[in-house]
Amino acid sequence: MSRSGCAAVAAMIAAAIVAPFYLKPFGIYLISMWAVLTIAAIGLNLTLGYAGQVSLAQGAFVGIGAYAVALLTRAGCPYGPAFAAAGALCFAIGWLLGYPALRVQHHYLAFVTLAFTTLVFLVLRNEEWLTGGIYGIDDIARPEFLRWSTAAPRDFYFFCLGTLTVLALAAWWMLRSPWGRAFVALRENPVRAQSLGVDTRRYTLMAFAIGSGLGGLAGALYAPLVQFIEPGSFALSLSFNLLLMVIVGGSGHFFGPFAGALVAVLLPEWTRAVEGYYLILYAALVMAVMAFRPAGIMGMVEDAWEAAFRSRSRTPAAAGRGAQDHGPAPAARSEVAG
Amino acid sequence: MSSFIQILLSGLATGAIYALIAAGFTLLWQTSQTINFAQGEFVMLPAFFILAAMNAGAPFWLAALIGIALAVVVLGLLFKLVIVDPMLRHGVLPLVISTIALSLFLKESVKASYSSQAQPFPHLVPAVDIDVFGAVLSTQSLIVLAAAIVTVTALHLVLDKTRLGRAMQATAQNPALAVILGVPVRRMVLYTFLINAVLVAIASILVSPIYLAKFTNGETLGMAAFVAAIIGGFNQVRGAVAGGVILGVLGNLSAAYLSAQYRDAFPLLILIAVIMMRPRGLMGRREERTV
Repeated sequence: MSRSGCAAVAAMIAAAIVAPFYLKPFGIYLISMWAVLTIAAIGLNLTLGYAGQVSLAQGAFVGIGAYAVALLTRAGCPYGPAFAAAGALCFAIGWLLGYPALRVQHHYLAFVTLAFTTLVFLVLRNEEWLTGGIYGIDDIARPEFLRWSTAAPRDFYFFCLGTLTVLALAAWWMLRSPWGRAFVALRENPVRAQSLGVDTRRYTLMAFAIGSGLGGLAGALYAPLVQFIEPGSFALSLSFNLLLMVIVGGSGHFFGPFAGALVAVLLPEWTRAVEGYYLILYAALVMAVMAFRPAGIMGMVEDAWEAAFRSRSRTPAAAGRGAQDHGPAPAARSEVAG
Repeated sequence: MSSFIQILLSGLATGAIYALIAAGFTLLWQTSQTINFAQGEFVMLPAFFILAAMNAGAPFWLAALIGIALAVVVLGLLFKLVIVDPMLRHGVLPLVISTIALSLFLKESVKASYSSQAQPFPHLVPAVDIDVFGAVLSTQSLIVLAAAIVTVTALHLVLDKTRLGRAMQATAQNPALAVILGVPVRRMVLYTFLINAVLVAIASILVSPIYLAKFTNGETLGMAAFVAAIIGGFNQVRGAVAGGVILGVLGNLSAAYLSAQYRDAFPLLILIAVIMMRPRGLMGRREERTV
C-alpha cells in the first residue's frame, strides 16, 4: 500500500474511533451494525471477490452464528468460547456445504446456496424446541470481559470495532500469503492456476469455508448487538443484501465490503424522507452501478485516486503524454458523470 | 384414493404454472445467457397491470389483454434494452446481480405504488366443484391445467414447426453459425424476451386467482421456476416443462403425506439432489451445457 493509502486508512480508523463520542445511541447502534455487516461482507468478498463464486448463503451463516451464540450463552457458556464455536460451526458447515456444491460452479452454486439459505430459515422457524420458532430469542446478554462490561452501546461498539480490526487484519494477512494469492489466481484464470499446480477445488473450498466462518462470527456479534433474533432476520433478503454490499463496495477490493456495508447501513437513514421508497432507490443504485461501474465504489475511488495522484506528480509534458496513453479513459468518465 | 387424485390434480395444476414460468426462464438462458433472478417478480407484476386496468374501468378480458401487452413492453422489450443489453458485455455475474436488484426493485415498487396487502383477483371461471369418481375436482384446477397445456403446446409448435422457431433454436444452439446462415440473431433474441413476457403474463393470470395478487408472490414462484428449470435441464424447454410438473406434483404429495411445515423444503432438497447427482438435469444433454 502506498504512503497516501496508509494515511487514508489511518484517517478512517481515527474517524471510526472518534465517531461514537459525537453520536446519539441510535447512531452508535448503526455504526455497530456497520462493523458487524462489514465482517460478514469481508467473508463473502473472499468467496465472491477472490474465489469468484456467487454465494447466497452468507445471511444463513450469520443466522447460524447468531443462534449458536444466543443458545450457548443462554445455556451458561461464557461469550468467548461461544463466539469461537459460532465461527467454527459455520466454518464446518461451510466446508460440508461447499464440498459437494463446488463441484458445480457459477449460477448452480448460487442456486444451491439459495436453497441452503431457505432451508436454514425453515429449520429456524419450525424447530421451536430449539430456536423458539417465530418468537425468536430475546434478552440476549452483552458480554463482559474481566471487568469491562459491554452493556452500554458505546462499549459494545468498541468491542465490534476491535473484532472487525482483528479479523480484517487476519484477512489482509491471509490475502498476502501464498494462500491468498492462490485465491486471486483462481479468480483471474482458473485454468492457468490449475496448470501451475494450484489445487483449484481445494482452494475454492477453503475460501468458501473461511468466508462462511466469518459470516458466523458476524452473527456472533449480531445477536448481542440487537439482543433479539428471529428467523425472518436471516431469510434470503439478508443474503441478497450482503451480496449487494460486496458488489456495490467493489468485489475483490479489500476495502470494498467496508464501503458497501456503510452504504447499506446509511442509505436507509439518509433517505428517511422517502421512507418506503428507499429499497427502490437502493435497487436502482445497484443496477446503475452494475451497468456503468461493475467495479463498485472502490473501483471509482481507485480511478479518482489515480487521476488525482497522476496530475499532481507529473510535469505538464508527462501529464500530456499520460493523457495520450489513456485516451479513451477521460471520455468514459465524463459519460458516467453526465 | 379419491383424496390422492385430488392432491395429484391440484399438484398438476400448480406444476403446469411452474412449467410456464420455467419454460420462459430457460428460453432466456438459451438465447442470451440471461439468468433472470427476477422471473418470479415478472409473474407477480402483470396481475397488478390487470388490476390497475380494471380499476380504470376496463372489463376483465380487456384488462387481461392490456396486462399482456404491458408485460410484453415492460418485461420483454424494456427489460432487454435497459437491463440486459448494457450488461451483457460485462459477463454473466453482473447481470445476475442486476436481476437480483431488479426483483427487489419490482417488488418494492408494487408495494409502494399499489398495495402491500393481498388483492383479490377475478377467477377465470366460476369456482365449482365437480364430483368425479368420488374425488372432488375444482374447475379452477381444470382450467389452469387446460390453459397451461394449450400454451405449452402452442410454444412447442412455434419452436419446432415454424421457420421462426427453428431460427430461434439455431440462435440458441450456435449463434455464430446462425448468423452465417442468415438468421437475424439479434431479432431472434429479442423474440425470446417477448415470448417470455407473454408466458409470465399468462402464468400471472392463472396463478393470481389462487394465491391472490401480492407483491411477495414472486419469491416462491421464482424459486420454483429455477428449481424446475434445473431439475429438467437448463438447456431444454421440454425439460423445464417436465421439471415444473414433477415439482408441482411432488411438492403437493409431500406436503400432504410427509410434512406440511417443511413443504417449501422438498423442492430445495430435490434441487440439491439433482445438482449433486445429475447437474445437467433429467433431460439435459451434456454437450449443450456451455457455461
